[in-house]
Amino acid sequence: MPSHLRRGVESVLLFGFVVTLTFVLAHLAPGDAADLLIPPTASPEDVARLRTALGLDASMLAQYVRWISQVLHGDLGVSFALGEPVRDLLARSLPITLALGAVSLTLTFVLGVSLGMWQARHAGGWRDRIASAATITVYAAPTFWLSLALVAVFTYIASRAGWPEAVRLPAMGWRDYRVEHAGLSGIRDLVRHAALPVLVLTAVGAAGLSRYARASAIALHREGWVRTARAKGADTRQVWGRHVLANARPTLIVLLALSLPGLVAGSVFVEGVFAWPGMGRLLLSSIGARDYPVLMGATLVYAAMVIVANWLADLGIAWADPRRRS
Amino acid sequence: MGRPEAPLVTRAQRAAACGLGLLVLAALLGPLLAADDPTAITDVVARRLVPPFGRDASGGWHLLGTDRFGRDILVRTLLAARVSLLVGLLGSVLAAVIGVCVGAGAAWLGGWVDRTLMSVADTFLAIPRLILLLLCVALWAPGFSTVIAVLAATGWMGIARLVRAEVLALRSAGFVEASRSLGAPSLRTLAAHVLPNATGPAVVATTLGVGNAVLMESGLAFLGLGVQPPAASWGNMIAGGRDLIVTAPWVALAPGLALILTVMLCTELGDGLSSPAASRGR
Repeated sequence: MPSHLRRGVESVLLFGFVVTLTFVLAHLAPGDAADLLIPPTASPEDVARLRTALGLDASMLAQYVRWISQVLHGDLGVSFALGEPVRDLLARSLPITLALGAVSLTLTFVLGVSLGMWQARHAGGWRDRIASAATITVYAAPTFWLSLALVAVFTYIASRAGWPEAVRLPAMGWRDYRVEHAGLSGIRDLVRHAALPVLVLTAVGAAGLSRYARASAIALHREGWVRTARAKGADTRQVWGRHVLANARPTLIVLLALSLPGLVAGSVFVEGVFAWPGMGRLLLSSIGARDYPVLMGATLVYAAMVIVANWLADLGIAWADPRRRS
Repeated sequence: MGRPEAPLVTRAQRAAACGLGLLVLAALLGPLLAADDPTAITDVVARRLVPPFGRDASGGWHLLGTDRFGRDILVRTLLAARVSLLVGLLGSVLAAVIGVCVGAGAAWLGGWVDRTLMSVADTFLAIPRLILLLLCVALWAPGFSTVIAVLAATGWMGIARLVRAEVLALRSAGFVEASRSLGAPSLRTLAAHVLPNATGPAVVATTLGVGNAVLMESGLAFLGLGVQPPAASWGNMIAGGRDLIVTAPWVALAPGLALILTVMLCTELGDGLSSPAASRGR
């Protein structure tokens, strides 16, 4: 079997396994949505009726089979807690998380790689040491704590000290309902709301990435072809920009794919603190409410994102490294 | 070639180890020095939300201030250090034990055992750890032992991969062959000759894992799924200071800084351990 086909089959199996595992874990948990939805004074008959209505009275295997056949027919079910189709909930939350993630990932990559390369150029010097200390600190900080710290500075201290409006940022939500959403003012409002969440995700991601980029650039810089390039008369900028960066590309693509789970985890906290109505919040609330259809829908999306990212990374490596093309 | 060999223990690493030692010492001894019971809630009105370096109405002095129940934040941060460090340490050491067993078993037995164990490890690696943590914590009642068990259950895969690679490389080493040809039982060869030489990278990964586990615990606690109040952990202290971030930012500041310091020291120690080990390997 050709290798990319085998990878594809493996990905599908992995996807099925992750989804099944989630289903089993969620259904093994004590208590279910019926206990949480119904008032404690309800009679046992009412609880039983609700459980039947939600389909929770069937065995786990029966529920699993029914859910799978539903999904294969393109139906993700209806949320227990909200009464809305899961598909609509996902369609509303996913773009928010994806946009937040895409912007943060791009900035993370640009900032992390530039910082790492810059540190590698000055490796061992004072600039490298200061940058290393800074990245280690940011990397060690919990995402939710950084978010709270930024809110303290850019919302409360800023408004108390009367800072200019450009650095006085909203602490919650993703848009102001008093502002017209169409046109320039809407965009400006969105950017202001997105500034702090994006800053947190970017800072944490870039701090981690720059450490790898630095190590890999230093290792590449010791290679023989760098000496050859220098001997040919290439100046420092050419060596770093063309030779080292070009050869670091496969490593960087792997790092990009590997940073995705971190971004997913980060988005759960960041959406929690900043009250963004994205996938992270949806997932958290569905776990809390034992809202199985939403939980499973969110898991499907998350698992698909991670698996597709890994698969794209494989393709990307082959594209970036001609030696591996065959 | 000809370069002086890097010292086995760097200065930064020694400093990090000392720092961690001091932190543990402070966590163990600090709360004992407190004037009164650090978990007791006494005169809330007189003592609550005293700013750092402030005096409460009854004249008590608080270096880092007090929280909304009038409890001293320095004492509580040190008390929380016990819980957070213990959770981090136990969680990652347990993960390391599972990882070493799985990795060594897979490499030593080979064949379908190896393939099965490694595909399980890869599967777990493909799921974002936080999601797995959230699901598992939702399964049991949140609390101290749940968090440790879940950290161990979700943290062993990387170490299993590292140990497997090391054991595979050592399988055909001279001293392993010698032990076998002397007639030592397979398990004895593995335990006495292979494992002691294969656990270097696992030790590094575990050191880094302690910091990571402390971070994870704080995240779960922040979401209300970790160690439950009134027991203090850094995560639930930060969570408790969340809505006070306007009026009393010091409540969330101290535990956050303690957490950052701990993770930094673990990272520094792990990095320091890995670099000489890596250069010796070449």
